[in-house]
Amino acid sequence: MINAAGRDIPEQIKGIKDIKLYKGEFAYTPSTVKAGKKIRVGIPHTDKILENIDASIEKIGLKDGQTISFHHHLRNGDYVMKMVVERIAAKGIKDITIASSSLSPCHDFLINYIENGTVTALESSGLRGELGKYLTKNPQALKKPVIIRSHGGRARAIEAGELHIDAAFMAVPACDHLGNATGRKGKSAFGSMGYAMIDSAYADNVVLITDNLMEDPVYPYSIPQTDVDYIVKVDEIGDPAGIASGAIRMTKSPTQLLLAKYAAEIMEQTGVLKEGFSMQMGSGGASLAVAKFIREKMEKQQITGSFGIGGITGIFADMLKDGLFKAAYDTQTFDTAAIESIKENPNHIEISASFYANPWNAGPIVNNLDTVILSATEVDLDFNVNAITDSNGICMGASGGHSDTAAGAALTLIVVPLVRGRLPMIRDHVQNVVTPGDSVDVIITDRGIAINPKRKDLVEKLQGSSLPICTIEELQKIAYEFVGKPEEVELSSDDKDIVAVIEYRDGSIIDVIRKPILD
Amino acid sequence: MKDAKTRLRRTMMFVPGNSPKMINSADIYGADSLMFDIEDSIAITEKDTARLLVANALKTLKFHSETVVRINHPTQTPFGMDDLKVILPAKPNLIRLPKVEDISEVELVAAEIEKVEKENGWAEGTINIIGAIESVKGLYNVREICKHPRMAAIALGAEDFIANLKTQRTKYGIELYYARSQILMAARDAEIQCMDTVFSDVKDMEGFAAEVTRSKDMGFDGKSVIHPKQIVEVHRIYTPTDIQITKALKVLDAYKDSIENHKGVLAVDGKMIDGPIVVRAQRIVDQAKAAGVNVEEKREQA
Repeated sequence: MINAAGRDIPEQIKGIKDIKLYKGEFAYTPSTVKAGKKIRVGIPHTDKILENIDASIEKIGLKDGQTISFHHHLRNGDYVMKMVVERIAAKGIKDITIASSSLSPCHDFLINYIENGTVTALESSGLRGELGKYLTKNPQALKKPVIIRSHGGRARAIEAGELHIDAAFMAVPACDHLGNATGRKGKSAFGSMGYAMIDSAYADNVVLITDNLMEDPVYPYSIPQTDVDYIVKVDEIGDPAGIASGAIRMTKSPTQLLLAKYAAEIMEQTGVLKEGFSMQMGSGGASLAVAKFIREKMEKQQITGSFGIGGITGIFADMLKDGLFKAAYDTQTFDTAAIESIKENPNHIEISASFYANPWNAGPIVNNLDTVILSATEVDLDFNVNAITDSNGICMGASGGHSDTAAGAALTLIVVPLVRGRLPMIRDHVQNVVTPGDSVDVIITDRGIAINPKRKDLVEKLQGSSLPICTIEELQKIAYEFVGKPEEVELSSDDKDIVAVIEYRDGSIIDVIRKPILD
Repeated sequence: MKDAKTRLRRTMMFVPGNSPKMINSADIYGADSLMFDIEDSIAITEKDTARLLVANALKTLKFHSETVVRINHPTQTPFGMDDLKVILPAKPNLIRLPKVEDISEVELVAAEIEKVEKENGWAEGTINIIGAIESVKGLYNVREICKHPRMAAIALGAEDFIANLKTQRTKYGIELYYARSQILMAARDAEIQCMDTVFSDVKDMEGFAAEVTRSKDMGFDGKSVIHPKQIVEVHRIYTPTDIQITKALKVLDAYKDSIENHKGVLAVDGKMIDGPIVVRAQRIVDQAKAAGVNVEEKREQA
C-alpha cells in the first residue's frame, strides 16, 4: 500500500494491529476520548519509600508481557534503565516492552536482555549506537518491529491509549518523601521533565528513582505526589558528564556557520524576522548556530521575539535573559547553562511533551511557531527528510520533534551539507521518511538553497535575492558532479525484516525501516 | 589580460593543497580568489601529492572564484619547475610566484606559461602571475617586477619579509609601512593590483578589522586571508557605506547629465566635480555592486 508520502507500507506488519496509512499532515480526526490511568486509593500515613528496585517491581506486581516506560532526560548518562532491567531479568520476568521517550548509546546493554528474552519490544523516538546497528541487522530479535514516534506523537499515543504504560520508572534528580519531584535540584539535575510528566500522568504505576531524597517539601514540582506510587533511593541516577555537558558551544565549523547564516538570511528576507516572532532552533551544529546571526539581526533592528521552544540551550537562555525573547518553552533542557536558567528565570517555562507537540490537543505550542530550523541525515527531491537512518540504512538517529515542529511552523528550514564524506545528501528518495515534504519549505545547503515549489509565496518573496537559490534538482546535480550518484542500498523485501515502523505524529504509518543487505 | 588586472580581488583565501576536504569546500565562502598552496604549508614529503591533488581539483571541480596556485620557487627550490609542469595544464587563473626577487624569475615562469598556452591553443594571457615580495631584495626590484606584462597583481608576504628585516610583526605594522607603501606605488605605476599580507591570529577579529581598514585606506585592492570568517569581515570593510554610494551616484548622474547636455563646469551639492572625483565615484559604485548592494535601490533613496 502506498501512503501519501509515496512509501510502500505492507498490508500486515507483525505486532501492529491497526495499520493506518499516512494521508497528510492533518488528515485524521480522532473520535475517541482520552485514556486514563488505573484509579488507586491513597491510604493515609503509608510510606511510599521502598528499600530497592526489587521491592518496587514486587509491589507493582510487574508481569510477563507488560510495558514499562522511561524518559530520556538523562540522555547518554542514564543509569536507571539498566538498574531496572537488570532486576526485572533477575526475577525471571520476560516479554517486556520498553517504551522510552528515546534511547542513547548508554542503552546498548539492552542487546543482552533482548537476546535472553527479557525485552521483546521497543518503542522510542530514536535508535542509536550499537543497539541501532544490532537491531538493523537482526530485526527478528524482537517480536515486533520497533515503533518510532515523534515526541508529540508519543504524548498523543499515550493520551489516546495507543501506548498503555503498566509501570513508569522515572529517574528524578530530586523528590520529597511524598513523591513531589523536580529536575532542577540535585547533583543529577537535568532541568525540564517534559517527557516524564506525561508518563507519570498516564502510567498505571509510577515509581520514582532518585539519588536526592529531600526532607523538605519540593516545590515547584513537575511530577505531583498524586501520581506517584513508590519511591526508591539509589546512589546515582546518572553520570553527570553524560546528562548535560557544560554549556553547549557554538560550532566553529565554517560550513555549519555558512548554513546558519543562510537560514538567518532566509528568515529575514521572507519577513519572518519581525517583532513578536517565534522560533525553534536545534541543539547543535548549524541549527543552533542560527542563534548567532539571528541575535545580530535582532539587536541591529531592535526586534523582540515572542517565544522560543526547545530543546533549550544556554545559547537560547542567554537570548531570553538579554530580553530578545519574552519566553522559552522547554520540554528538555540541554546544558548546564540552560539548567541554571530554568531554575532562575521565571520566563523559562517547563512544558510537557503534550503541551509541546501533541497534535491531538487543543493547542500544542508548535502550532504557533513562525519558524523552525532542523537538521537531517538526508533529504530528497520531494523535500522528504530522513533523521533516523544513515545513508547505508542503519538506525542512528531519532525522530524527536522533527515532524512535530515542521508541521506546526509556518516556515520550516532544513539545514544540511550538500555532501557528507563521499555521499550526496540529496537523494532521489530518502532511505526513510521521518518528516514528509508536505511540511518542509526550504532546504539550505552549503552550495545552494532550494525552495519547495509548493510554497509559491516563498518563491516570489525570494525572487531577486542575492542568496544562491536554485531548484532541488539543480542542487542534486551539483552534488553528483562532486561525488557521483551512489548506488541504492539494497533492502530486504521480506516483511520479517522490518526493523522499525515510523509513525507520523498522528499515529499513521509514514514509513517502515527495512533491513539493508550489506556486504 | 585587462580582466586579470582589474577584476574584483578583495579576498584571496589560502587553501592547503594537500587537503581534499578544504579544496572541495573552498569555493562556498565567497572569496574573490582561492589560492591553493603547494609551497610553505606543504611538507617536502607531500609536495608531489599536493601538486597532483590541486591539478586534478582544477581540472574536475567548477570553481566560481578566481583560482591561484602558489608554486614553490622555480630557482631557489627543486620543486618549482615541476610544479609548473603539472599545474599549468590544469589552467589556473594565476600562478603565485613566492619570494620573487628579480625580473628574471618572472620571465622564467612567464615563458613556461606561454609554452603551455600555445600547446593548448589557449589565448595569450589565459594564465597570469601574482608575485609576492618577501625580501628586501625583492622590494628593491618591485617596480621592474610589476611592469612585466604577465603580472596581474603584486602581494606582500610579511612573515619572510620581517625575518629579513630582523624585526617582528607589531599591532600597528610600523615595520611593514615602508614595504607596503613601496609595493603599492609600484603596483599603481604598473597599473596592476596590490594585495596585502595575511593576518595570522584568526581569533583576533578586532585586530584583523583594524589592519584591513588601514591597508584599504592605504590603497590596497584586497587582503590575503587564511580563514573563511575573515572573508566576511574584509568584504564588509570593502563595501562602501550608504552615504558613499548615494553621493557617488549623484556625482555620476551629474556627470552623465553634463556630457549629454554639453554642460561645462560641474558641481554637486555646491562642490566642483572634476575627473578624479568621477573615477572615484565609479569605483565606489562598482565595489558596491560587487558586494551585492542593490545600487538602484540606493538611487531611489537618494
